[in-house]
Amino acid sequence: MTEHVVIVGGGTGGTVLANDLADRLEPELDAGDVRVTLVNDDPDHVYKPVWLYVPFGQREPDDGRRPLADLVDDAVDLRIGRVSDIDTESQRLEFHGRTPSVGYDHLVLATGSTLEPEQIPGLAEGGHDYYSESGATDLRDELLGFTEGDLVLSVIGTPHMCPAAPLEFVFMADDWLRERGLREDVDLTYTYPIQRVHGNPHIAEWARPLMEERDIQVETFFNAESIDPEAETITSMEETELDYDLLVTIPPHGGVNLIEEAGLGDDGWVDVDKHTLEAEAAENVYALGDTADTGVPNAGSVAHYQAGVVGQRLASEIRGRPATATYDGKTLCFIETGMDAASFVEFDYESPPSPAPPSQKLHWSKLAYNESYWLTARGLL
Amino acid sequence: MTDIEPDDTVDARGAACPGPLMDLIGRIRSAESGDVIRLLSDSGQSLTDVPEWAEEAGNELLAVEELDDHNEFYVEKA
Repeated sequence: MTEHVVIVGGGTGGTVLANDLADRLEPELDAGDVRVTLVNDDPDHVYKPVWLYVPFGQREPDDGRRPLADLVDDAVDLRIGRVSDIDTESQRLEFHGRTPSVGYDHLVLATGSTLEPEQIPGLAEGGHDYYSESGATDLRDELLGFTEGDLVLSVIGTPHMCPAAPLEFVFMADDWLRERGLREDVDLTYTYPIQRVHGNPHIAEWARPLMEERDIQVETFFNAESIDPEAETITSMEETELDYDLLVTIPPHGGVNLIEEAGLGDDGWVDVDKHTLEAEAAENVYALGDTADTGVPNAGSVAHYQAGVVGQRLASEIRGRPATATYDGKTLCFIETGMDAASFVEFDYESPPSPAPPSQKLHWSKLAYNESYWLTARGLL
Repeated sequence: MTDIEPDDTVDARGAACPGPLMDLIGRIRSAESGDVIRLLSDSGQSLTDVPEWAEEAGNELLAVEELDDHNEFYVEKA
């Protein structure tokens, strides 16, 4: 009998895992004892970190897109379709349209984050973002011509993808405006929902003095409640109102509805054991990346490391051996601190981050990694 | 033991800081004025985070119950 592994989601986690399994289970795949199917609703794989550079005119959205068929090992069945239902009792997935349903022996959910701007009145009309291709290009069109006024960056949704990116954006905007002789004409304000500038206290403690040095104004305990696009104001639940000429936000995030409908967790995040990544509410189901509610950042590095763990565990289970691989919370992030300097953090469940002094070398390391990411997606790096 | 009847409960036990406060803020966001939300948290940081935010946002922290393995916060939306 052939054991069938189905991975839903062709982002970083799902793609790395598909290639990991193709390599790890090569004998079983060749013999027809195992099948691996990767399901995605888009024929392309999208590398989202590229979007941070789009508003500054340094990258194009196409730099972050490649066909999944070019990235995924030929031993993996690639199915382009959108799942409409997950039945963890009968172990079957239903699809929208005429795509036939599929059964699984092992299911991995890597469906990622979606943006939910509609949660905040006025946000879709008044706010810009760099968390989507269209958002990043629309913001570019505004930012490239922005020469004076109030530029406000408001973090609204948490958890959100890439927790470092809001800090990176204001540090880059500050440097970019200085280089162009416009900084004195632009007031830059950063808002964050809790009492510090980042969720992680160690990163917040490091970033706050940098923001003060660079005259980036900070509003903490700022949870956006509504935006008035006509008056160009953003108002918080804490009743602070800010004027803006250009508003950039990190919109509210959610997972896909399928997860909650399948009873696997709230808001689209799967409740998992944070070490084994097994779903708590169903057998033979794993989740990874943003989809797994582990409390670690929603970052590509997390999905990458978790894919390795799930790959090892699935291979052990398929071979009838005890699965021993566990995820230790490992997270790795570069943090741009300007247009030509960056810091770096590495941490896990037990060890807190200690940001490295910003340097040009780290900036180039980040850009070099972003180029070599395509090797990661192929399972080579 | 308090006899406050919450309208909704957020169980953030197991979530690391700032998860519990963010979970509370998310639930308050969708609550009606006058609703009481109970937050369950085993993060020690919540003992300072939650009162600070409640005051800042003008919501009332009605009670804090310190139990053996977690704390319970009762917050009324203004």
